[in-house]
Amino acid sequence: MTDFKIDMDRQITKIKAWLAAYDGPDISIMEVCGSHTAAISKYGISGLLSSRLHLISGPGCPVCVTPTAYIDRLLALSLEPDTTVVTFGDLMRVPGRERSLADARSEGAQVEMVYSPMDILRLAKEQPQRRFVFAAVGFETTTPVYAMLLEQLIEQKIENVQLLTALKTMPEVIAWLCENGSGIDGFLAPGHVAAVTGAKLFEPLAARYQVPFGVAGFEAKELLFAVYGTFRAAVRCREERGCADVKNYYPSVVTHEGNELAQRIVDKYFEVSDAAWRGMGVIPASGRLLRAEYAGFDAGSAPLIQDHKKNQACRCDQVLMGRCLPGECPLFGTVCTPQNPQGACMVSEEGSCHQYLMYHRTR
Amino acid sequence: MCVALPGKVVEIYEKDALVDFSGNRVRAISGLVPIAVGDYVLVHAGCILQKLSAGEARDMIELFEEIEQA
Amino acid sequence: MAHGSGGRATSDLIAEVFARAFDNPVLGAMEDAAVVPASARIAVTTDSFVVEPLEFPGGDIGRLAVCGTVNDLLMRGAAPQYLTCGFVLQEGLEIGLLQRIVDSFAQTAREAGVQVVAGDTKVIEGRKEESGGLIINTAGVGFVPEGCAIGAAGAKSGDAILVSGNLGDHHAAILSKRLGIDNSIKSDCAPLGEMVQALLAQNIQVHCLRDVTRGGLATVLKELAERSGVTMELDEEALPVDAQVRDFCGLMGLDPLYMGNEGKLVAVVAAEDAARARDVLAGCAYGADAAVIGRVTDEAPGTAYIRTLIGGKRVLDVLYGEGLPRIC
Repeated sequence: MTDFKIDMDRQITKIKAWLAAYDGPDISIMEVCGSHTAAISKYGISGLLSSRLHLISGPGCPVCVTPTAYIDRLLALSLEPDTTVVTFGDLMRVPGRERSLADARSEGAQVEMVYSPMDILRLAKEQPQRRFVFAAVGFETTTPVYAMLLEQLIEQKIENVQLLTALKTMPEVIAWLCENGSGIDGFLAPGHVAAVTGAKLFEPLAARYQVPFGVAGFEAKELLFAVYGTFRAAVRCREERGCADVKNYYPSVVTHEGNELAQRIVDKYFEVSDAAWRGMGVIPASGRLLRAEYAGFDAGSAPLIQDHKKNQACRCDQVLMGRCLPGECPLFGTVCTPQNPQGACMVSEEGSCHQYLMYHRTR
Repeated sequence: MCVALPGKVVEIYEKDALVDFSGNRVRAISGLVPIAVGDYVLVHAGCILQKLSAGEARDMIELFEEIEQA
Repeated sequence: MAHGSGGRATSDLIAEVFARAFDNPVLGAMEDAAVVPASARIAVTTDSFVVEPLEFPGGDIGRLAVCGTVNDLLMRGAAPQYLTCGFVLQEGLEIGLLQRIVDSFAQTAREAGVQVVAGDTKVIEGRKEESGGLIINTAGVGFVPEGCAIGAAGAKSGDAILVSGNLGDHHAAILSKRLGIDNSIKSDCAPLGEMVQALLAQNIQVHCLRDVTRGGLATVLKELAERSGVTMELDEEALPVDAQVRDFCGLMGLDPLYMGNEGKLVAVVAAEDAARARDVLAGCAYGADAAVIGRVTDEAPGTAYIRTLIGGKRVLDVLYGEGLPRIC
């Protein structure tokens, strides 16, 4: 496995020196992906930055950006006769308007947790008289897995499984952030999304908005390397026009073209559609829905827009857009904690508020 | 969002493969990536998404050299 | 359910419901075992064991019950002598399984050098959703040598922090069995008598001892930091974690720092004894992979943190919530 790693210990010292000493104009880089927020928090990377360098977490947690109407729809389905809702663990405690799937399950609703969408094949075959609805949430990393599931459902002639989808894509929301004055000078691009889509996904964005992208991995040293590279690129792009591009700092897994087979199978079953994002409303062409010819597998996934705030002071929407640090929300850590979450950003273990609180991250 | 881990392919079946993560042996769907026993792969939500390779390390190497010279 | 995980919710429950009702100065110190005055200094502890499955790679509930109890006594420097045990059997429990567990309990007690001097058995009804379960409750008694004052408040600035081996094995073994993950992770369930006796016999200046159970190393160190009013500083590079356990955690979205063991201890010792203490631990049956993992400072009393692989600083708190696996 070490064949794929470049030995960078010597460079790490110089990188840290630069990051700590930087005193030029303020630069903000957005860590789009929830797993990057987790890694950055866990390795204490923001503590290595001078006060002029900022890492801002973004809308890269698919559970956090999904409005409450989606959870409510799942809850309604879980209470229908002979229907079981199947989900990943992340979704279980996210609050809908009134309660979460976990709450409903303890009151008798039929909800099952799985580790892979493929587990649903076994459930569906074991109970052919029961209808199973999979809560298909995710970005480009996970959508191919749902496409593979569809392929298996068709091949094995399984007819009692449907999907309630909340599938989203990265480029349009990044464009939205750039267009809506988010003050971001560069992006740390999600490494596992890029493994599927290819680094090429971010090239039109870099060109159009003149902001650099650094595709980053998730281990401490390679992530620090990518953070450094992206800050350096952002400094350069401030001074030189036309230099913004996409750098691949995760070459062991990311190529320019990505996994073309995965891209093709996603296109086969899903079409581009509008999607609803907490805080940002409906962003055109920012999601995926099942194609009309596969409508039989759809449990009614048209974008569910309505979002309900459990606590009016909750600032999840602002946090997701990178406009508010978790610590700037009045509820953070006091009223709103993982044991008593007020919004999705605190419930989901990939949520920014949860990460910031758990790792005592302040910036 | 993207909890994915690299592991080594140890056995190949019709539609999936046995992937070893330092001794944890897990089955993952293999239809998205052509694989051989011994390959290192990235697995996400029970599915192999990519193969690890020394790959397009050009941007890494460039930055590396830039730092060396600084 | 979060109340059972060993973290913040557990300590809140204990404080609010039990401590208030049973309040007395000995209980108020919240140590692993209570040292009470008598004609000798007696250490007393009690514990209940509800693990499922009853048998797991590396052990079973019987071995676990003995180790959990004697280790609590040992963490106060006491030599464990006597155990009581109460077995609550649920209808449907297979006699063969019970026998194996009881035999394991007895064998572990012999290994730990303790006698079972009192016991009780009850049978409760099975229910439609579950049957064949077993709960074991124990009490343990040991004697504390004169002049021995090992407790959670003893850490001093400058001390070294050691752990006796790999983190998270027990918790990973249990979860692996429950989730059906194919690996060879074994619980590290073990009595720590040899290790503690060796440290004391070699005149290592031991200021704190804690076994690393529910809630993991991070929870233990945060608690010690609070009780002793010091900062616990760890080096990520120095933490011993088995590669299989590390990858298991990676797959499940878990953190070895918060995964429980049942046969490891944390020792806070005087700085000049650090290297010797490590060697003493490594020479014991269950001390392979013992390591010096950090130091005590007075930087910010009551806090614990870890220096990450890249020299970043990650503040450690006690475990929130249940520590269940996440996926995506």
